[in-house]
Amino acid sequence: MMGARAKQLSPADLRPRAKALRDAGGRLQFAYAWSPDGAAPEVRYVSAIPRQHEFEMWIVPGHRELPSLTPALPLIGWYEREMMDLYGVTFVGHPEPYPLVLHARGRSDIKGNGLNGLTNGRPRLPDIDAADVQHLPFGPIRADVLESAEFTFLYVGEHIIHYHPRLFFKHRGMEKSFEGADAQRGAVIAERVSAVGSVAHALAYCEAVERAAGCEAPPRAKALRMLLAELERLYNHLHYLGHLCHTTTLKVGEAQGKLLEETAKQLNARLTGSRFLRGVLTPGGLRRDLNPGKWLGDALESLREDYVVYAAKLELSESHLDRLITTGLLPEKVAFDQGATGPVERASGLDRDLRRDHPYAGYSDLPLTVTVLKEGDAYARERVRMAEIEASFILCQRILLLLEPGPARVECRPAPSTEGLGWAEGPRGSLFYAVHFGADGRLARVKIKSPSFSNWRAFPFTVHDSNMMDYAINEASFGLTVAGCDR
Amino acid sequence: MASWTLFGLARGKATTSWPGAGAKDGQEGVLGMPRYDAEACREGCQECAAVCPTGAIQTRESELALDYGRCVVCQLCTEACPTGAMTPSNDWAFGVWDRQDLNLSDPGTRRDRPIGPESAFRRSLHIRHVDAGSCNGCESELQALNNPFYNLHRLGIFFTPSPRFADLLLVTGVVTNVMYEPLQAAYEAMPEPRWVMAVGTCAVSGGIAGGNYVCRTGLEGVLPVDVYLPGCPPNPAAIMAALLMFLDRAPQRVKGGRIDG
Ligand code: SF4
Repeated sequence: MMGARAKQLSPADLRPRAKALRDAGGRLQFAYAWSPDGAAPEVRYVSAIPRQHEFEMWIVPGHRELPSLTPALPLIGWYEREMMDLYGVTFVGHPEPYPLVLHARGRSDIKGNGLNGLTNGRPRLPDIDAADVQHLPFGPIRADVLESAEFTFLYVGEHIIHYHPRLFFKHRGMEKSFEGADAQRGAVIAERVSAVGSVAHALAYCEAVERAAGCEAPPRAKALRMLLAELERLYNHLHYLGHLCHTTTLKVGEAQGKLLEETAKQLNARLTGSRFLRGVLTPGGLRRDLNPGKWLGDALESLREDYVVYAAKLELSESHLDRLITTGLLPEKVAFDQGATGPVERASGLDRDLRRDHPYAGYSDLPLTVTVLKEGDAYARERVRMAEIEASFILCQRILLLLEPGPARVECRPAPSTEGLGWAEGPRGSLFYAVHFGADGRLARVKIKSPSFSNWRAFPFTVHDSNMMDYAINEASFGLTVAGCDR
Repeated sequence: MASWTLFGLARGKATTSWPGAGAKDGQEGVLGMPRYDAEACREGCQECAAVCPTGAIQTRESELALDYGRCVVCQLCTEACPTGAMTPSNDWAFGVWDRQDLNLSDPGTRRDRPIGPESAFRRSLHIRHVDAGSCNGCESELQALNNPFYNLHRLGIFFTPSPRFADLLLVTGVVTNVMYEPLQAAYEAMPEPRWVMAVGTCAVSGGIAGGNYVCRTGLEGVLPVDVYLPGCPPNPAAIMAALLMFLDRAPQRVKGGRIDG
């Protein structure tokens, strides 16, 4: 596949390969299945090898039964379960062989479209038979304006013994929505997988298509794509700070964080016509050139000045810090094994960032600082994001300074039966798109690996054995989306 | 904390007084629904209908039928149109009482406002929001309503956690089969009289994923809808305008698919 070094493997090769990858300090990124021309599903595993820019892809064609890699590489557990649900592949030896995304519940009282009687996976809870253990299911409709998901707590008094998030209430079949679309329409769909990650999704998608087509966006388009990607990081991280203050009940801090986010979103709209920076990226470059002008640099500088004052005040607010320090501890090993990504893993000592390790767009030409902290608590997760806000302001100014005139789009027509891999480091972490074009030149299969799918898998490890009062703070400190995870 | 209080005071007032006269709505540059100029349209050309990802544009004999209730504001049609008949605009205040008013092919539908909630809500409105399968864009904009710029509370409009205290059920998202039951349960838990608002193109008609193997087509056939607000997502000012329209404190601006027409 273009974008990854591909190797054909037989099922018997998988476990030795997985062990070798682990021993080399490598990490699986994601896995997916697809059925070329309706044939038996082909399973693909994408991994990152330390100090190697190119990803590695293992291809195992035509098997309905494969050995599970989850016992050796736990982070692949949810990918295997998703393939069991959606592609009917069985992974032998999986420690949790239960439905995750879809579950046939054998009733047809809901008259949907297409397949009926499907629901999302049911929680499997530990069998705790003690009278003082309370059982609290919460959701899928939660208090406040929030995305739908259901959480089950088993707790005694304030102490949480076990926690289970039930997701995929919002599984919209977005990957399927791409099938039959042309390359250009695909970008519009990618922007609607997770709105607060519109640019990262469109960017990973566009680069995947460009690799399939063997074309490259012109320098000006690459620069403007990075500008949009950093603007996306900015408004997301500002929102994050405001929301985190909401959970620590720092009211003015909440208001100020959300006001800065609003200012950033209004800048987005002035620049692109969309508060979510949509409608600009397309395979081959940009749908239209953008003219940032001096006003944008000035507006960003004034936003930065406001931010610096705000951040300094947060760092002095003991009531806020007290709630974050030591809350929701994610040890480095758990973060690595369970596949935590983005600011979450960087706050647990893992020094990884796709922008630097597997440069895309034009990031290899920019001075990028990657902030890594060891503590692994909610406070570390906040500080990593704060450092990324400062870094994004610098990157934006740099991009504006270096922006050269030139074309913003090249012809990009993927040939029939081609495929490509694209990736981006979104505000929440690593995002991958694998695209396959069919014989008719239209999209035949699109796999989306979203950062929240990874971080939701790691999150419960920080909740078991913690306390109720910290739950909302801990959840906010992860900065998860549900739409991105559920797709 | 005293220092935050001082900080807040020193920052001064951040809130717009929109929709008060002369105040900023905060949507400078925001692109809305495409405008269609039938005069400029070339017969037999189907470029816009071919690129539209949601089937919002249909070609009929000699003219176009445009359903803004299906539009996800992607602007592809405005780029594909060779004659300038389909152009980008800043028209985003698309809240309507009657679904027909989102259809451009039906000029003159122009129905009167139904007997509504005006007597019930002289003062405040309580809303229960349900995400029935969104991309989180609508939630992001709904959350923005409570930031200091819009400060929805100043209009006496509040979100409430319990459907039992809610007057209005505000639904976002395509309505996945899995969310169908929880959504119905929330509606059933509301005391009468109760109203429903479909916010975002997904909730109005299904959007991109509507009708696939796990999704319904928004609230169509799921709940009785009182107010429709398409948009992808509708911006905070558009949501405010629709809520004020619901309260009879602002006019409906779109009739027969034309804004202020
Ligand atoms: S802007 Fe609306 S009508 Fe035009 S192509 Fe996009 S969805 Fe269709």
